[in-house]
Amino acid sequence: MTDMRTVFAEAASALLDEDPLAAVVLAEISADLFAKAAARHPERVLNVGIREQLMVSVAGGLALAGLRPIVHTYAPFLVERAFEQVKLDLAHQGARAVLVSIGASYDATRGGRTHQAPEDVALIDALPGFTVQVPGHPDEVRRLLRGAVGVLDSGSTYLRLSAQANREALPLWPGLQVVRSGREAVVVAVGPMLSPVLDAVGDLDVTVAYATTVRPFDGEGLRALAAAAAGTVVLVEPYLAGTSAHVVSEALAGRAHRLLSVGVPRAELRRYGQPADHDAVFGLDAAGIRRSVTGFVFADLT
Amino acid sequence: MSRTYAELPGLMTLMTGDEKHGPSATSTLDVLWVLYDRVLRTSPDRLDDPGRDRFLLSKGHGPAAYYAVLAAKGFIPESWLAGFGSADSRLGYHPDRNLVPGVEISSGSLGHGLPIGVGVAHGLIARGLTSPRVFVLVGDAELDEGSNSEAVVYAGAAGLPNLTVVAVDNQSSSWGWGAGGIEAHFAVAGWSVTRVDGRDHAELEAAFEASGDGRPRLVVATVEGES
Repeated sequence: MTDMRTVFAEAASALLDEDPLAAVVLAEISADLFAKAAARHPERVLNVGIREQLMVSVAGGLALAGLRPIVHTYAPFLVERAFEQVKLDLAHQGARAVLVSIGASYDATRGGRTHQAPEDVALIDALPGFTVQVPGHPDEVRRLLRGAVGVLDSGSTYLRLSAQANREALPLWPGLQVVRSGREAVVVAVGPMLSPVLDAVGDLDVTVAYATTVRPFDGEGLRALAAAAAGTVVLVEPYLAGTSAHVVSEALAGRAHRLLSVGVPRAELRRYGQPADHDAVFGLDAAGIRRSVTGFVFADLT
Repeated sequence: MSRTYAELPGLMTLMTGDEKHGPSATSTLDVLWVLYDRVLRTSPDRLDDPGRDRFLLSKGHGPAAYYAVLAAKGFIPESWLAGFGSADSRLGYHPDRNLVPGVEISSGSLGHGLPIGVGVAHGLIARGLTSPRVFVLVGDAELDEGSNSEAVVYAGAAGLPNLTVVAVDNQSSSWGWGAGGIEAHFAVAGWSVTRVDGRDHAELEAAFEASGDGRPRLVVATVEGES
């Protein structure tokens, strides 16, 4: 299976061929994947070197000059290192870009904390106007990227790629997508959490809803699903636990409901290994998610 | 009606708000006037013209002189000046491009204008717009911010001929720029550099119009230090 980053580079390169205003700004990371596109479009594929602040600012300037920039590097360097540039040189200016990260929360388990960014979506969520897309499979990346570039006239998008992926892609739509139905709870699985969630809930009588678009969040869809599932919601996100708790609370305000937020804890593990090792520690593998769901929804069964 | 240079102080006195950046507001006055009066190919009826020159005030502090020049050249009504900084005013202590016609970037936090200017310069070239120039005004202390170093080294190597930085040097950086001054740092990165009297309009104009020989251009404008 071609990974998300490679699919992204191919899709972005195709956009550069089709759209004379599309541009890609890089800070060394993935520059090799854009070598052919850079040869064809040297004025619209800009690798600024290991300069992430400049990368985001240049994207802001390109947008002010009328271009449609795609900005790409590792998640901690894109969102955390250059956060004020994202806030001021994009959002505050009214300049729009598509930010595409790789690495996610801990694709780089062996790389340690410096290359991990479970806080990324919470940070982007703190700014007004960003759409946030979290694909769960490489085959979903192309459409999400093209959609994000297509809506640049109305706003910026953060597209969060990961080396973790579901077993299969789903047809995409912007809201919550019901994968299976049940009566005792609705489990919202974001991006690559869908396969582990499906494995976890097995025979449990719960709805599973899949989301790639987490901002704006499909509050209306959640209200309907929660009403049919005892007002009980389990949110399973592949980044900082509780990142979307506030939008769930807003969606269900005034309605009796219970919410459990599952995700990456505020903790520094200081262990290496594989992502699966960290999933197990954090309770984000199928067994851990099952423990959380049964403990919260079916307490009398435990 | 276009105002004269002699009328700028009168416009600035209309801004009766509690202006906390007084000295730096006037350190830029002559540079701003020369740019808008003699150099920039832009005007209030060209705000959306892709071929206009861009002026980016990176050092957004003390914008009274900037607002005065924008009013003098008809970008904003003079009637806006009196409300400077008030709740209903479009004119804040740091300018916002979404509120003020002719303001190309919102600034205030230091070290953002030059990196954005690099992107604007790239974007104009990518669109085939080789005529318009991009001017970025920075302060000497603003260059303390490391984000500028990223832009200086990159722009010098990339060779953006349409980019000119005006560094207004009132010797306000605590640690300074060493014996060679600001220009030594840009020159090492491959920029065309010059230093002029920041109060001398003819010198400023000549420095802005001079060719950088295909390289980005730095004009250091020396003004009296803050006392």
